[in-house]
Amino acid sequence: MTLPDPPAAHHHSAIPPVVRARGLVKCFGALRAVDAVDFDIPAGHCFGFLGPNGAGKTTTLKMLMGLADFDAGELSVLGHELPAEARAIRARVGLVPQGDNLDPDFTVRENLFMYARFFGLSRAQVAERVDALLDFANLTHKAEARVDQLSGGMQRRLTIARALVNDPEVVILDEPTSGLDPQVRHVIWGRLAELRARGVTLVLTTHYMEEAERLCDELVVMDHGRILDQGSPGQLIQRHVEPDVIELRGTVSDGVFATLTSMALRVERHGTAVYVYTRAPGPILDFLGQPDGLTVIHRRAGLEDVFLHLTGRELRE
Amino acid sequence: MKRSIWQLPRARMAAFSVFARNFLVWRKLIGPAIVLNFGEPVIYLLGLGIGLGALVGDIGGLPYLVFLASGIVASSAMISVSFEGMYSVYTRMVPQKTFDAIMATPLDIDDIILGETIWAAFKGLLSAVAILIVAALLDAVPGGWMALWALPVVFLLGLAFAGPAIVMTAIADNYDFFNYYFVLVVTPMFMLSGVFFPIETLPDWMQTAVLVLPLTHAIEVIRPLIVGEPVEHLLAHLGVLVGFAVVAYYLAVALVRRRLWN
Repeated sequence: MTLPDPPAAHHHSAIPPVVRARGLVKCFGALRAVDAVDFDIPAGHCFGFLGPNGAGKTTTLKMLMGLADFDAGELSVLGHELPAEARAIRARVGLVPQGDNLDPDFTVRENLFMYARFFGLSRAQVAERVDALLDFANLTHKAEARVDQLSGGMQRRLTIARALVNDPEVVILDEPTSGLDPQVRHVIWGRLAELRARGVTLVLTTHYMEEAERLCDELVVMDHGRILDQGSPGQLIQRHVEPDVIELRGTVSDGVFATLTSMALRVERHGTAVYVYTRAPGPILDFLGQPDGLTVIHRRAGLEDVFLHLTGRELRE
Repeated sequence: MKRSIWQLPRARMAAFSVFARNFLVWRKLIGPAIVLNFGEPVIYLLGLGIGLGALVGDIGGLPYLVFLASGIVASSAMISVSFEGMYSVYTRMVPQKTFDAIMATPLDIDDIILGETIWAAFKGLLSAVAILIVAALLDAVPGGWMALWALPVVFLLGLAFAGPAIVMTAIADNYDFFNYYFVLVVTPMFMLSGVFFPIETLPDWMQTAVLVLPLTHAIEVIRPLIVGEPVEHLLAHLGVLVGFAVVAYYLAVALVRRRLWN
C-alpha cells in the first residue's frame, strides 16, 4: 500500500530547487573551507547560512555566483551548471556583498543606471525600474546625491536596490545588516520580506540570530566548512535545545549548581553565566526565588541557543 | 571545476560598458583633465622647444620645436596611459572595489580588462590630441592634416602600454610599487626612445637596445607623419606595437584573474 505524498512535500518536488549543491568542496591550500556539503534551496524561500566567522558561508555564496572555483562536487543555479554557465547565472541573480562597493564617482541614480548597463540594459529600458527602486530603498530624495554623502544605512539600501536592477529571480545577500543600527535593520528586513512575498528567492548569510529567525524559512548551520544541521528555525530549536532557558548572571555556588543539574535537563557554565535548559521551568524558578547578587532571566529557547549548542562557545579569532 | 587563469580571454562588446563607466566619470571631472592635457604640453613645448631650441638649432634636419613636439605626442600618450593603467585601475580594483561590483554582473575579468585597456588608450589619445593642437598653434606641425594619421598609431601605442601598466597593477600591493615601473621603464623610455634627441646619437649598442622599447617604434612612425615625411618600415614598427598590445593584454587578464579569482 502506498500513501500519497503530504501536500507540502509534493509541492516541493514539483518545482525544481533554485540551487542544488552536491558534495561541494572548496579548499584553500590544506584548509577545507567548504567540506562536502549538500543542500537544495527551494524557489521562493528565504534560505539562510548561519555560522561563526570562517565557517565557509561567504565562500559558499561566492561559488553560487561563479566568483569562486570549487574543487569537487556539483553545483547548479536556476538550472545552469557551474562553473560553465556562470555568466547566465549572474544575469538572473542579484548580489549584495558584505562590504558596500558602490561607485563613489556617481550619484545614487547614476549608480543604478550604470549597474544596469553592465547587465546590457539601456537607460531607457530601466528608467521606470530605477525610479521604482529608488522608492523601494527610500532614496528618492537622495537620487542626485553622491554616494559619499549617504549614511551607512542609505548606502546599504542602495546596494540592495542595485542588486535588483536586473530584476533577479534570486538575490544573494552576504550579511545584509551587519554594522547597521536597529532602525535601519528593521527597514531592511521589511524590504527583504517584501521581495520574498513577490516570489524572489533570497539566500543570505548572517550571524544575527534575530535576523535568521525573522527572515529565514529554512537555514543551515555551518561550521568548519560542514553543515551541522538544516531546517526551519522552529525545527532546529525543537531538535537541539529544550524549550525553556533560565540564565543566571552572577556568582552561582557549587551547591546551587549541583541542585540545578539535578533539576534540569542540561546546565552549562560559560564565563560568569550559568544556562539552565529545561522543559519544566516552574520548580527551578521557585527553587531560585529572588537570590541576592544574581540576575535570573527566564526566556524561550531561541536560535542562539541552537547555534551555541551546535558550534560551541569558544571564541573564533 | 577549476578555471585556469591562462585560459584565452574572449573579447566581447560588454567591454564597452566598462569604457562607458570610465568615460562618464571622466566627463564629470573634465575641467582638471583639460588643464592637465593642455597645460603640460604648453609648458614643455614653450620651455624646451623654444627655450632650449634656440640653443640647439636644427636637429635631424628639423627645427627643435618640431622634433620635440612630434616626440612629446608619443611620450605623453605613454605617460598618460601608464598613469591610468596603474593608479586609476588600482583605485578601481583595490580600494574602490569597482571590479568586484562589476564581476557580480555577467561581465568577466576579460571584459573588464579589455574595457580598461581601451579606456587607457583613449586617454592617451586625448593627451596626444591636446599636444597636436598646441603644436599646430605654435606652427610645429609641418605635416599639416597628414599628422592626423598619427592618431591611430597613438591609440595603438596606448594599447601597447595599457597592458604592461595593468600587469603592474595586478601584482601591486600599494601605489608606491608603481615607482619601480616609472623609474625603471617609463623614464628610461622617455629619455632614450628619441623624444628629445635622435636615437642615432646614442652609442651603437644602445641604438640596438632601444629597439626593444615600444616607444621607439611608435616615434619612428609618429614623427614622420607629423613632420610630413615618408614612414620607413611601417609594418615592422606597427607589428611590434601590436605584439606588445596583444601579449600584455593576455598577461594582464591572467594576472588580474590570479588576483581576483579565489
